[in-house]
Amino acid sequence: MSFVTTLDQIFVLLQRWIAGFFPLWLQPAVGTILGVVAIVAAFPGIFALTTVLERKGLGRIQNRLGPNRVGPLGILQPVADGIKSLTKEDIVPLSADAVVHFLAPVVLVIAVFLGFAVLPIGRNMVLADMDSGLLFFFAIGASTELSIFMAGWSSRNKYSLLGAMRAVAQMISYEVPLLLSSVVVVMITGSLSTVKIVEAQSGFTGVFPHWYVFTPWGFAGFVLFTIAALAETNRSPFDLPEGESELVAGYFTEYSGFKFALFFLGEYLGMFSIAGFAITLFLGGWGAPLSVLGFVPSWAWFFVKLFGAVVFFIWLRGTLPRLRQDQLMNFAWKFMLPMALLNLLVAGAWRFMGEGWLRWVISSAVLLLAYVGLGRVLMRNQHLGARSYRYAE
Amino acid sequence: MISGIGIVFLLTAALTVAGALAAALLRNLVHCALSLTVTFAGLALLYLQLDAQFAGFAQILVYIGAVAILVVFAILLTRGAGVQEYRSYGSRWFGSLVIAAAVFALLTWAVVKSLPAGGAIAQTPSVTVQSIGAALMSGYVLPLEIVAVLLTVALVGAVIVAMPENKAKAIVEKEGGQ
Amino acid sequence: MTPLVAFLIVAAMVFAIGLAIALTRRNAILVLIGIELMLNAANLNLIAFWRFGSKPEALTGMMFAIFSIAVAAAEAAVGLGLVIAYHRHSRTTDLEAMTRMKG
Repeated sequence: MSFVTTLDQIFVLLQRWIAGFFPLWLQPAVGTILGVVAIVAAFPGIFALTTVLERKGLGRIQNRLGPNRVGPLGILQPVADGIKSLTKEDIVPLSADAVVHFLAPVVLVIAVFLGFAVLPIGRNMVLADMDSGLLFFFAIGASTELSIFMAGWSSRNKYSLLGAMRAVAQMISYEVPLLLSSVVVVMITGSLSTVKIVEAQSGFTGVFPHWYVFTPWGFAGFVLFTIAALAETNRSPFDLPEGESELVAGYFTEYSGFKFALFFLGEYLGMFSIAGFAITLFLGGWGAPLSVLGFVPSWAWFFVKLFGAVVFFIWLRGTLPRLRQDQLMNFAWKFMLPMALLNLLVAGAWRFMGEGWLRWVISSAVLLLAYVGLGRVLMRNQHLGARSYRYAE
Repeated sequence: MISGIGIVFLLTAALTVAGALAAALLRNLVHCALSLTVTFAGLALLYLQLDAQFAGFAQILVYIGAVAILVVFAILLTRGAGVQEYRSYGSRWFGSLVIAAAVFALLTWAVVKSLPAGGAIAQTPSVTVQSIGAALMSGYVLPLEIVAVLLTVALVGAVIVAMPENKAKAIVEKEGGQ
Repeated sequence: MTPLVAFLIVAAMVFAIGLAIALTRRNAILVLIGIELMLNAANLNLIAFWRFGSKPEALTGMMFAIFSIAVAAAEAAVGLGLVIAYHRHSRTTDLEAMTRMKG
């Protein structure tokens, strides 16, 4: 095998080599366990790096330095955070429901780790190649809502309960545009399997890739999916349920020490898994952006794209103001749902018009018209004046 | 995937029945709703053991992701999570228990008596999502459309039934006035 | 005992427990929980018979179960809406106190 292919498949070869030491009937189980160990080791490691990246990035956006004491440029901050959360006293309120209070972070972390099983991280590198992988991912994502409710209710705290109700209402509302915008990809690919979806995007015309984000319906679907994904993981600008200036800390007010760290881990890992899913559905998964760059290993491309998505999310968090609860719900039901349904129609029309420039023009025109029209209709009753700026002296 | 009554089936069945029993016996309503969720998860695992992957994942998505949350919200909105002023069990609980036990005995007797003993374990059916999609669009298109209408009607109906009265009157007046 | 019989007995158990919940408990929401359990037990029966039946390629059992899941979700929504509406009117969810149409 050439050097490029070996580098591309190096983890698969490593897995097979280690499994070769075991008897034949045990080999599939050992291979799967190795995959699980790799996921459980790699993604929390990326989580640690992301916490420091986020704090420093947000700091720079807000014109201050982030953490810079621990290690050079503050890189070892996650180590300090980890030691702190492990050694802090675990306080459980006296009137809290002990069993549910204990189980809530456990359920969240389990559900989030399960979601990583269907992400194709590289060529031939998916933990569970299921026929209905997309459905599995969304089903597991729906289970995280229940853990948030358990956390909020079991703390017997007004703020926790309020934060939990808001979070669950938000997650339920945004689940519909999330699913509808991914159904477009399923419609065009013809399969629910994530591996087949990535393989369908791995062709090149000339130099440019066949990623779905470069088509009109794919671009609209990608934007809708990203916005809904931000809302699903309670990430700014949709972070009203955990708004620090509003609700103390929302549904995890009463958690301290290691359980809080588990919630934090669960939230960030959820962000990674749904960003990875957006990459799989729209951005070509592990495919290279230009055909000449095919020598770079497939798993490297996946992590580069994941890094780009994470940086984008951090940028959004530092820049956009928070949405109010009613604005959030209005946006989901009155704007995103009609756009997602229209996107389905446009993708269907795209499929049945032949190849050529006509379908590009019509699809783009319909989507653009709908976006502008729907936006104007919804903003009709809001009388906003001209923008005024006030600069810091 | 099924190959006789293995340990996996026994554990999953035990989990399901334990969840259902907990939902029957616990006093706190929210605990009942959470053990209902455990029952749903156990049932989804049983579907997966029966090679019905689509049904299993749909069960998790619909029941755990939506129905369980609906039940929990209803409990919170009707203040069932606090102190309950009345007793948990109805006044005719013994008769009801006898009826439930009789139903279980009848069903078990019917199942054990009527099937031929020692049925062969069927081969794994190859059901792909594409075949389900094709079936939904060809043979089952009428039930699909009717279920779509039913869900829309249920959605609108549930919103109207649960709406506060003054808001409903305001909507009726606005519609009638135009 | 074949696997089919085992699955059917589990379904019968869940059905009987759901029936017991619906008949014995006093809270209206718990009755709805019991009804959901009964519907789930019927679904398990459908899928078990589909798997061990004569023609699994026809997908009849699985289709029936999927439609049943959809209908059960709709019925849960409407039922809980009713319970919420009644609670708003008379501040209770106690079934033994809902006796206005008696006699």
